[in-house]
Amino acid sequence: MLAFILRRLVQSVAVLLAVGVVSFFLFRYVGDPINAMVGQDTSQQERDALREKLGLNDPAPVQFFHFLVNAAQGKFGLSYRTSEPVSRMILERLPATLELSFCASLFVLFFGVPMGVYTGLYPRHWSSRLLQAVSLIGVSLPTFLIGILLILFFSVMLHWLPSFGRGETVDIGGWTTNFLTRKGLEALILPSITLGLFQLTLIMRLVRSEMLEVMRTDYIKFARARGLTNRAINFGHALKNTLVPVITVAGLQLGALIAFALVTETVFAWPGVGQLFIQSVQFSDIPVMAAYLMLIGLLFVVINLVVDLLYFAVDPRLRGGGTARAGGH
Amino acid sequence: MADWFRRAADSDIWWSFKSSPLTVVAAVATLLIILVSFLSPLIAPHTPFDPGSLNLSDGLKPPVFVSDEGDWTFPLGTDDQGRDILSSIMYGTRLSLVVGFASVIVAMVLGIALGLVSGYVGGAVDAVIMRIADVQLTFPAILVALLIDGIVRGLISVQRHDEIAIYVIVGAIGLSFWVQYARTVRGSVLVEKNKEYVQAARVIGLSPVLIMVRHVLPNVTGPVLVIATLNLGLAIISEATLSFLGVGLPSTQPSLGTLIRLGNEVLQSGDWWITVFPGATLAALVLAVNLLGDWLRDALNPKLR
Amino acid sequence: MTFSVRHSVAMGALVCAALATSSAVEAKTFRWTNSGDVSSMDPFARQETFLLTFTQNIYDPLVRRDKNLKLEPALATKWGQVDKNTWFFDIRPNVKFSDGTPLTADDIVFSLNRANGPGSNMGSNFASVKEIKKAGDLRVEVTTKYPDPLLADKWAALGMMSKAWAEKNNAVNSADMTKNEENYATRNAMGTGPFILKERKAGERTVLVPNPNWWDKPTHNLTEVIFTPVANPATRVAALKAGDVDMMYEVPPADTESLKKDANVNVLEGPETRVVYLGMDQERDELVESSVKGKNPFKDKRVREVFHRSIDVDAIKRTVMRGQSFPTDLMVAPGINGYMKDLDKRPALLKPEEAKKMLADAGYPNGFEVGMDCPNDRYVNDEKICQAVVSMLARVGVKVNLRAQTRNLYFAKILRKSDGKPGETSFYMLGWSPAQTYDVHNVFEALIQTPNAATKKGMFNAGGYSNPALDKLADAMEQETDKAKRDDMIRQATKLYVDDFAYIPLHQQAVVWAARKNIDLFQPADNAFPLRFVTVK
Repeated sequence: MLAFILRRLVQSVAVLLAVGVVSFFLFRYVGDPINAMVGQDTSQQERDALREKLGLNDPAPVQFFHFLVNAAQGKFGLSYRTSEPVSRMILERLPATLELSFCASLFVLFFGVPMGVYTGLYPRHWSSRLLQAVSLIGVSLPTFLIGILLILFFSVMLHWLPSFGRGETVDIGGWTTNFLTRKGLEALILPSITLGLFQLTLIMRLVRSEMLEVMRTDYIKFARARGLTNRAINFGHALKNTLVPVITVAGLQLGALIAFALVTETVFAWPGVGQLFIQSVQFSDIPVMAAYLMLIGLLFVVINLVVDLLYFAVDPRLRGGGTARAGGH
Repeated sequence: MADWFRRAADSDIWWSFKSSPLTVVAAVATLLIILVSFLSPLIAPHTPFDPGSLNLSDGLKPPVFVSDEGDWTFPLGTDDQGRDILSSIMYGTRLSLVVGFASVIVAMVLGIALGLVSGYVGGAVDAVIMRIADVQLTFPAILVALLIDGIVRGLISVQRHDEIAIYVIVGAIGLSFWVQYARTVRGSVLVEKNKEYVQAARVIGLSPVLIMVRHVLPNVTGPVLVIATLNLGLAIISEATLSFLGVGLPSTQPSLGTLIRLGNEVLQSGDWWITVFPGATLAALVLAVNLLGDWLRDALNPKLR
Repeated sequence: MTFSVRHSVAMGALVCAALATSSAVEAKTFRWTNSGDVSSMDPFARQETFLLTFTQNIYDPLVRRDKNLKLEPALATKWGQVDKNTWFFDIRPNVKFSDGTPLTADDIVFSLNRANGPGSNMGSNFASVKEIKKAGDLRVEVTTKYPDPLLADKWAALGMMSKAWAEKNNAVNSADMTKNEENYATRNAMGTGPFILKERKAGERTVLVPNPNWWDKPTHNLTEVIFTPVANPATRVAALKAGDVDMMYEVPPADTESLKKDANVNVLEGPETRVVYLGMDQERDELVESSVKGKNPFKDKRVREVFHRSIDVDAIKRTVMRGQSFPTDLMVAPGINGYMKDLDKRPALLKPEEAKKMLADAGYPNGFEVGMDCPNDRYVNDEKICQAVVSMLARVGVKVNLRAQTRNLYFAKILRKSDGKPGETSFYMLGWSPAQTYDVHNVFEALIQTPNAATKKGMFNAGGYSNPALDKLADAMEQETDKAKRDDMIRQATKLYVDDFAYIPLHQQAVVWAARKNIDLFQPADNAFPLRFVTVK
C-alpha cells in the first residue's frame, strides 16, 4: 500500500519535472525573452546588460534550476502583453475556471451517470435510443457551436440567462466566487452546460457500455438466480462494478474540463485562465503560456494521484499491480 | 479478390451492417461527402480561393431558395468577398477531411509503433514510453495542439506559418491522439507475447519485428479501427475548434472550422448562410463518422451482440 | 426528466431576473464593453485614443474639447500667449483631487513634466517646449523654442495628476509600456475628474464611481460605471441585445444592421477623422518581396496609377464595410483644417484590359508578384479590405501575397525605425488621423514629407515617397500665419501628392457605437467617449 503510494508520488514528481522542462524550453528558447521585453530603440549594450541581469547567459541546467525554484514559488515574471506579474494574472482568474469546471462536472455526473445506467438497463427501450441519438449529436457538435446556439436561444431570444461574464461575484480573501449571488449562479448555468455536454455524453456512453457488459456476466446471473431484487442487482452489484472505469474516466475528464474550459471561456467571455491562455497564444505571450502549462500539469498530476488512490480503494484486486488502467474504451 | 468479397459478404460484420439502416445511411452519407469534396476541383461551380476569380459585386448574395435576390450561379449564397458558399464548403470539407485523415494516420502509426515497442521490449523502454503517455494524457488534445501551434508560431514568421499551417495542425492533432493506440496495442502485445506460438516463433529465430507484424498486429486491427474511426470525428472537431479559436488554418485556405469562424463574426448581422451551411456540413460529417464508429465498436465487440 | 429539471431551473432564473429589474430603479449603473481593455490607468502610458478617452474620465486636462471639438476651459480658466514664445495657463481655484487635497500650479507643472518625461508616450506633444514653470499658485507659464500656435490644442488630451500622490506611491515617472514596466499609477489613479477609479482588474473589469467633489456640474446621472472588455464580437453583440451591457463601443459593421433592427438598441454612427490608406515602397531600388528583380515597379507612376485606379472603394464600402465607410481620395478627412473638398474626387476605375495595357506599357506585360502587409486587429475589417484588394489586383494580373498579422507585430515590421531606416514592407495598409491638432500639416509632416531622421519629418512615411516641391510647401505652411496664403500652399501640396498617386487613400471608417434605448449619450467625431455626457433613463 505504502509502496504503491510512494511509487505514484515519485511518478507524479517525474511527470511534473517533464512538464517543467517543456515549460522551461518554451520560456527560454521560443522567442527571445529580451526582444519581447525591450523597445526597438534599446541599444545592444542595454540588451546585453539585461541578458546578464536576468541570468540568460548561465548554462542551461543552471537556468532550468532557477526556473524551477522560481516556479515553485509561483514566480513566472511579467507578462509580455500586459506587463503584469504572471502569477497574479493567473491567480486572479483561477477561481473563475475552477468554479466553472466544478459546476460542469457536477452537471456531468448528476445527469450522465443516471442516463448511462438507464440506457444500459433498458437498451432496447425507445427513450434509451433517443438518449443515445441525442448523445451522438452532442458528440458531433463542436463545443463552440453549442455555446453560440445556447447564447442565441437563452440569452438573445428568451432573455432568461446572461450571455457573458461571471455576473456578480463575491471576493473572499482573494477568491472571487459565483456561488454567493443569484446573478453569479445564473451566469454559471449556460457555460457549465456548454462545457459539460461533451463529457456528459462520454460518461453516459461509458456507463452504458459498462452496465451492458456487467449485466451479461455470470456474477449478475448468479445474483439473479439467488433471487435478489432487480434494484439490489442493478445498483448494489452492477453499478458498483462499473465504478472503477467511471472513476478513472471521470477524474481524467475533470482535468479535461479544466483544459477544455478555454473554448467555453472564449465563447462566453468568462474571465478564466483558459481565456488568458488563448490570448497569450495569439500574442506569443510566452511567460503566461509557460505558467499555464505548469499549472495544468500540476492540476492533472494531483487529479491523477487522487484517482489512482480512489481506484485502489474501490478495487482491491489492483493492490498488487498498480499500473492497470481502463484501456480501450 | 472475388473470394474476398464473398467472404466479406458472408461475414457477421456485413450482416450487422445491413441490418442497421442508420449505419447504412451514415456510410452512404460519409462516402458521398468524401466523394463530392475530393472531386471539388472538378465539380465545384467556382474556385473560391483564386482571388482573380472573385468579384466584390457578387458579395453577400443570399441563397436562392430564401430570397429573390439570390442568384443560381451561387445556390447557397456568397460571403462578403463574393465567394460562393457551396464551393467554399466543398473545398473546405476536403481540407477538413485531409486534416482529419492525415492526423489520424499520424496518431495511428506513432501509437502502434510505440505500443508494439513498449509491449514487446518492456523494461525501461516500456516505462519511459508509458510515462510519456502519462504526461501526454496530462494535457488534453486541444491543449497539446494549441501549445504546438503556439510554439511553431513563436519560431517562424507569419508568412511561413500560413504556408505550413496545415502540417502544423496535422502534427499537432496527430501528436495529441497517439496514446490510446499505444495503450491498446501494448496491452494486446503483453497478452500475446507469452503465448506458445509467439515463443515458438522466437525459438525458430524469426525476427521480433516479423513476429509482431505477423502475429500481434492482426489481433489489434479491430480495436485500432474503432479508435481510428472515432478519432476521425474528434480530429475533425479539433481542427474546427482550433480554426475557430483563430489558431488553425488561415483564411486563405479555409477548412470548415475557418469558414464557421469567418461566418460567426457576422452571424448576428442576418447573413446566417455564411455560418449555418458550413456548420451543418461539419455536424453532418462528424455525426455520420461517429455513427460508423459506434456501430463498428459494437459490431467488433462480440460480448455486446 | 432531464429536460424538465433544466426547464424549471431556467424558469426560476426568469422569475428572479424579473424581480431584479424591478428593484434596481434607483442605482444608475452604466455597463459598457469594448473588444479590448484599456492598456493602463496611467494617462501618459500610450498615445492612443481609447486610453486617452478612458483616463480623461478620471484625470481632467487643462483645456478640454466640447461637443463640437472646440476647446473649452477645464482646469485652466484662461490661457493664451503672453508673447510669441510664451504661453500662460491660469489654474481654476478651489479644485480638489478626489482624495481632498487642493490642486495647485505645482501639480500642473509636475504633470506636464511627467508627460514629457521618461516612460511617457506623450513626448511628441512637447517638441516645441523649452521650459514649463510655476508663475504663482494658480498660474503656469511655458516658454517655447519657436512660436507654437497649436500648443493648447496639443495638450487637450493630457490629464493632470496629483503630485503628492504620485510621489508618495513612487509613480513620479510614467511606467514605460514598451519596456514592460508597471508602477502604482498603472492600476490606480488620482485626478480631479468627474469619476473616481473604484476597482481595476486588468482584462476583466474596471469600475468607476462619480467624484462627489468634482468642480464642474455633472451632466450625467450615473452612480456606477462598469467597463468589461469582451473579445468575441458575437458575444459582445449578444450581450448588448440581451441587456447584459448598456453600451458597446466600436460595433463591427456586419452587426450594425441587426442592432438597428433591435427595438431596444440605438445605433450611433458618424465618420471618423481617420483615413485608412494603402502605401507602396517607392524608396528601395528593389522591393523586399516581389517577382521583379533589379528595379522597383512602384517607382513608376504608371504602376501606382494602375493600382490606385483598379481598387474599387465603393464595392469595398458595399460588401466588406456594409456601407459603414466614406470613400475618399485625400489623406485627410472632412472636419480637419485643410481638407479640400473640391480635390476629393477619385479618378475613374480602369477596366481590366486598360489596366493590363498600362502595365504592359510600363514593362510588365504579364503583371508581377508583390507581397502585401496588413494588420488584422487594428482598423475596421482591415484584413477583409486587404483580401478584397488582393482579388481586385488579381484581375489586372498582379499577384499579391497577403500577410495579415496582429498589430503589435505588424507595426514593428512595417514602420520606419527611429534611425530612419525603412520598415520591411513593399505594400501596406495604415490609418492616420491628425487627432491632436486637427490640422492637415500634421499629415504632411508625418506621412508625406521625405523621411528624415534628423528633423523627425516623414517618420510615418513608410513607403518613402519623396517630392522636394511638396517638402518645401509643407515646411512653409508650418510657419505661415496668413490663412489665405496657407490655404493656397495646402491646395498646391495636396494636388502634388494626388497627381503623383503617392498613396492610395481608401476611406474614413464610420465610428459606430450602440447603446440600449434607455441610455442617452453623445458621440463626438474623434471617437472619444466622455462618460460625463451619459445619462441613464
